[in-house]
Amino acid sequence: MNDTIAAISTSQGVGAIAIVRVSGPEAIEIVNKIFKGKDLSQVESHTINYGKIIDKRGNMIDEVLVTIMKAPKTFTKEDIVEINTHGGIAPTNKVLEELLINGCRLAEPGEFTKRAFLNGRIDLIEAESIMDMINAKTQAQREMAANGINGKVSDLINKLRDDMIQIISNINVNIDYPEYDDVDIITNDIMIPKIVNLKEKVKKILDESKNGLIIKEGIKTSIIGRPNVGKSSLLNALLQEDKAIVTDIAGTTRDIVEGQISINGIILNMIDTAGIRETEDKIEAIGVEKSLKTMEESDLVLFVLNNNEELTEDVEKLLNKLENRNYIIIINKIDLDNKLDLSKVNINKDNIVKMSIVNNQGIDELKEKIINMFNLSQIETKDPTYLSNTRSISILQKCLNSIEEVEKGLNNNMPIDMIELDIRNIWEQLGEINGSTYEEELLDEMFSRFCLGK
Amino acid sequence: MYDIIVVGGGHAGCEASYASAYKGHKTLLITSNLKNIADMPCNPHIGGSAKGIVVREIDALGGIMGKIADKTHLQIKMLNSAKGPAVQALRAQGDKVTYPKEMLNTLNSLENLEIKEGMVEDLIVENNEVHGIILEDGTKIESKKVILTTGTYLKADILVGSTRTRQGPHGEKPSNHLSDKLKDYGFRIIRLKTGTPQRIDKKSIDFSKTRVEPGDDKLLTFSFDLEPQYKIEDQIPCHLTYTTEETHRIIRENLNKSSMYGALDDVEGIGPRYCPSIEDKVTRFKDKERHQLFIEPESRYYDDMYLQGFSTSMPPEVQEQMVHSLPGFENAKILKYGYAIEYDAIYPTQLNATLETKILKNLYTAGQINGTSGYEEAACQGLMAGINASLSLEGKEPLVLKRNEAYIGVLIDDLITKGIRDPYRLLSSRAEFRLLLRSDNADLRLRKHGYEVGLINNEQLERLEEKEQEIIKLREFMQENKIKMTEEVKSIFESENIQIPTATMSIEDLVKRPEISMKFINKIVDIPFKEEIQEQVEINLKYEGYIKKAYKEAEKMLKLEKKQIPEDIDYDDVKNIASEARQKLKEVRPKTIAQAIRISGVNPSDISLLSVYLKKEYNK
Repeated sequence: MNDTIAAISTSQGVGAIAIVRVSGPEAIEIVNKIFKGKDLSQVESHTINYGKIIDKRGNMIDEVLVTIMKAPKTFTKEDIVEINTHGGIAPTNKVLEELLINGCRLAEPGEFTKRAFLNGRIDLIEAESIMDMINAKTQAQREMAANGINGKVSDLINKLRDDMIQIISNINVNIDYPEYDDVDIITNDIMIPKIVNLKEKVKKILDESKNGLIIKEGIKTSIIGRPNVGKSSLLNALLQEDKAIVTDIAGTTRDIVEGQISINGIILNMIDTAGIRETEDKIEAIGVEKSLKTMEESDLVLFVLNNNEELTEDVEKLLNKLENRNYIIIINKIDLDNKLDLSKVNINKDNIVKMSIVNNQGIDELKEKIINMFNLSQIETKDPTYLSNTRSISILQKCLNSIEEVEKGLNNNMPIDMIELDIRNIWEQLGEINGSTYEEELLDEMFSRFCLGK
Repeated sequence: MYDIIVVGGGHAGCEASYASAYKGHKTLLITSNLKNIADMPCNPHIGGSAKGIVVREIDALGGIMGKIADKTHLQIKMLNSAKGPAVQALRAQGDKVTYPKEMLNTLNSLENLEIKEGMVEDLIVENNEVHGIILEDGTKIESKKVILTTGTYLKADILVGSTRTRQGPHGEKPSNHLSDKLKDYGFRIIRLKTGTPQRIDKKSIDFSKTRVEPGDDKLLTFSFDLEPQYKIEDQIPCHLTYTTEETHRIIRENLNKSSMYGALDDVEGIGPRYCPSIEDKVTRFKDKERHQLFIEPESRYYDDMYLQGFSTSMPPEVQEQMVHSLPGFENAKILKYGYAIEYDAIYPTQLNATLETKILKNLYTAGQINGTSGYEEAACQGLMAGINASLSLEGKEPLVLKRNEAYIGVLIDDLITKGIRDPYRLLSSRAEFRLLLRSDNADLRLRKHGYEVGLINNEQLERLEEKEQEIIKLREFMQENKIKMTEEVKSIFESENIQIPTATMSIEDLVKRPEISMKFINKIVDIPFKEEIQEQVEINLKYEGYIKKAYKEAEKMLKLEKKQIPEDIDYDDVKNIASEARQKLKEVRPKTIAQAIRISGVNPSDISLLSVYLKKEYNK
C-alpha cells in the first residue's frame, strides 16, 4: 500500500457534482501538480480549497473545490484529497485521467474500504456496513448500515462473547483445580440455564437479523394462481402503475418488468412475473410443479383465487403446501357471485384478504397484512442493531446449531470439560463475525464484492 | 571433551542427562551438590491436573520420572475420575528420601554418564557458539552441547520477613555470576519468585481434627512399562484442614511484616498466579471464610509434614501464630519455616522449539531457568532438551511436539510463543486439544516418537503395537457380538435403572449410548480383553463426536502451521501493523502463521496484514 490510488467516488452519471477521491502518500503532491489555486502542500488539514484543475498545457478542465485531509485522521488513515467537480461524465473522467497521468493508480473495487480495514481504521463489520450504506435505497437500510459503521453490531457480538468467556473460565477453574473444594463445582445442571439463556440471545439476534436481511434485500414475493384470476391486475395495483396492460385477452401482459414495491420503506421484490404472464397466456391448468418451485424460492407467497370459480384439484394441492411459509390468500372478484369453498383446505383464515382488484378494493388491507406478517412496523421504529449480511447470519446460524448441540450434550450428561471445548469453538466462531478471530478466506471474499470508489 | 554437559541435577537435569547418556553420548552432569540430585525442595507430590499427563508423556517418550515415582511413592490416585477422560490425571505423593536415591541409582547405571560436583559461573563462547563451561575456580570443561537446568539457583535470594539472604533452597550456595554472563551474551533476564510453606512435625499434629485423604483403592502406575510396585493398603494418607478466621486476622494484622507486603522494599520477582501465598489468598479473596490446606507426608523415613496451600514469607514469630491457629495444629511444632525465593530466569521467547537458545548456538535451557514452575514441567523440558541436543549431534531432524500431540508441545509452544509474566504452570485449560491429549493414550500418541529418537526399545514398541492390534480386535468383537434382550438381560438393565433397548443391539451400539458403560456390559457378557483396551475403545466410542471435532480443529491448525514465515522476514517492512504486534513479532519471530496467531498482542488484523505482505513479497 505504498502507492496512491484514485477513483470517482460518486455514482457514474449526470449529477450536480461528482467527487474524485485520492488516497495515499502522494495524494496531496499529485493533486497539487494539476491544481491552480493555493499551494495545497501548505494548507491546513481538513480544509476546503477553491481552484481549477488544469492539464499539462495549462488548459482548465474544471472549476473545483478540493478537500485536503491529512493522515492519520482520515477514512483510510492515509492522506486523502477529494476533488469536487461539476458533475458530468466528461469533465470528471478527465480529472481522473489527469490524476492517473501524474502518478495515481486506478483504485481496485473496494480498495478505499480495504485500506481503511487494513490500516486498522475499521473492523470487518464496519467495512461490510460501508458497502451496505453505499447501496442503501431506503431510510431503514441506511440506518442499519449506520449502526454497523458505528460498531454497534460489533459491540453486540462482543457482549455475547463476554458472556461466554464467563462460562468458559468458570468451567476451567473446575478442570484445573480438581483438588480444591474452594471453587464452586460447575455441574451440568448449573450450565443448562446459562446455555439456554445464551441460546435465546443468539436466537433473538438471528430472528431480528433475518428481518434485517429483509430490510436490506427486500422480501422475495411471488404471485401464484390459476390463469385469469387477476394476478397481473394485482401486480399492477401493487406497482401503482399502469405500465402493464390488464386485459382478459391472453398475451397482452408480456412487457411487464420484474417490479419492486416499497411498503413502509421495505422492498417487495416481485419474482417470476414472467411466469404470471405465461400461465395467464394458457387457459388450461395451473403449472403445479412450476408453482411449487416458485413458492420454494419466495419469502412471501400471494396466492390469488377467484371468488367466482370452484376450487380445482391442482389448486387445492398447492394450497395445502402453504403451511410453514409466509403466505396471503387473496380472494379476488368478490364483486361476483361466490362459488369458492375453502372449508376443505388447511389454511389459516387470518391470512385471507378479500379483494376486488379491478375496483381497487382491499389493497390497503393487503399491505397491512404484509406489514404485520414481517413485523415491518416494528422494524421501522426500533433501533436496527443486527447483522445484515448473509455471511454473518450464516455464521450466527452455525453458532446457534452448535449451542443446541451443547445443550444436547449437557442433557446427555457429557463431561463438562468436553462441553467447554464446544463453547470455546462457538466463542471463536462468533469472533469471525467481527474479525476478532482470524479467518483466512474472509479477506479475499469480502473485498471481491466491494464496488469501485469508496 | 564431552558430547553434552548438563548443568544442574534437578528434575530437568536428570531427564536431560539420562536421555543423552542412554542414547550413547558422553555426558557430564555437573551439580553444585551431589546430595541434591532429583531433590524435591518444595511440595512432595508428582503429577496432578495436567502435570500427571505430562509424567505419562515423559514415560511414553522414554524418560524416567514416571518409573522412579512408581517405585517410590507413598500413595497414588486418579484425579477428576468423576469427570471426563480428557481431564483425568494421576497424582502421587512422592518420597523425598527414596525418590532422589532411586534416581541416582538409575543415573549411576548409565555407563556414558559422569556426575560431578561444581559451581558453573560462565560458558566457553566463541562466535555465538557454546563450547563448554567454566567453573568458579576458572576450570574449563569442553563439550559440543551445554544444557542449562539451573532451577532457582541463579542469583537466588531467600526471603523471610524483612530479611533477604543470598542462598538457594535448603540454604545451598547459589550461582552468582552465570545470569550476569548470560545478560552479557545478550539474553533478557527476568526475576521470578516462588514460595514454600512450613514443615510440621507429624507427632505434634492432632489428625482427629482433619479429614483423611487416602490413595485410590485401585492399583495405578504412571509408567507404561511397570507393574504396580506397591500394595494398596500400604499407602500413606494425606490430610485436609482449613484456615480459620483467627488465621486470617493474624495475617491481616501482620501483613506489613511479610517480605512481599512491604517488609522488603526491593522485591522485583513476580510470583506464580496459580500458586499464591497465603497472604495473597487472604488479601485477594477477602470474602472467602476459609482456605483449604493439605497436610502431605514428605517421606516414610522422617516426620516432616508439608502444609500445602500455606506458603508464606512472614517472619518466623508470625508463622508460629498462623500455624497454631489451624485446627489440629494448636500444639504443632514447626520444623522449617516457610520462605519465598527470588531468582533469575531467561525470558523464554529467546528459545527455539528445540529449546536451543536463539542467541547462543549449542546452548539449551530447560526447567525453571525458562520461567516454568513444577517438577513435571521441568522434567519434560529436560527430556526434550536432552533429546534434541542428542539428535543435533547425530545430525538428525529435531523432535518438536505439536500442540495436538502432547502437553509437552503445548508447554514449549506457550513458552516460546507467548512468553511469561509469572512462573508458568501447565493447566488442562491451556490445551485446546486436550481431548486428544489424554492420560490413557499417552503411549499411543508418543511411544513411536520415543522409538524413533532411540529411547524406546524394540520390546517396548512391540508391546505398543500389540495394544494397537488389541484395540482393533475389540472394536470388531463389539461390532460382531450382539446382545439379545432376554428376560435375564432385561433384569440387569432394570437393576441399574437403564432404559431397556427395544431390539437386539450390537455391543458397539449399546456402548455408544451415554448411560451404558463398558463396566455395565461386562455384567451381561464377559468381554475377553484387558481393562486398558476396553477403556480405549469405550472412550473412542462414547465421545466419538467430540473426538472427531477435535481432529477437525487440529487439522485447521496444522493447515496454518504449514503457512511458513520466512526466517529472513523484516517486520519493519510490513506496513501498518500495530507497534505492539510488530515488537512481539520481532521478539518471537514465529515460524508459521499459526504460531503468529498465538502470540498475545498480535491481533487478527495484524495477521491479515502479515498474510497480505507474505503473499506480496514471498508469494506464500
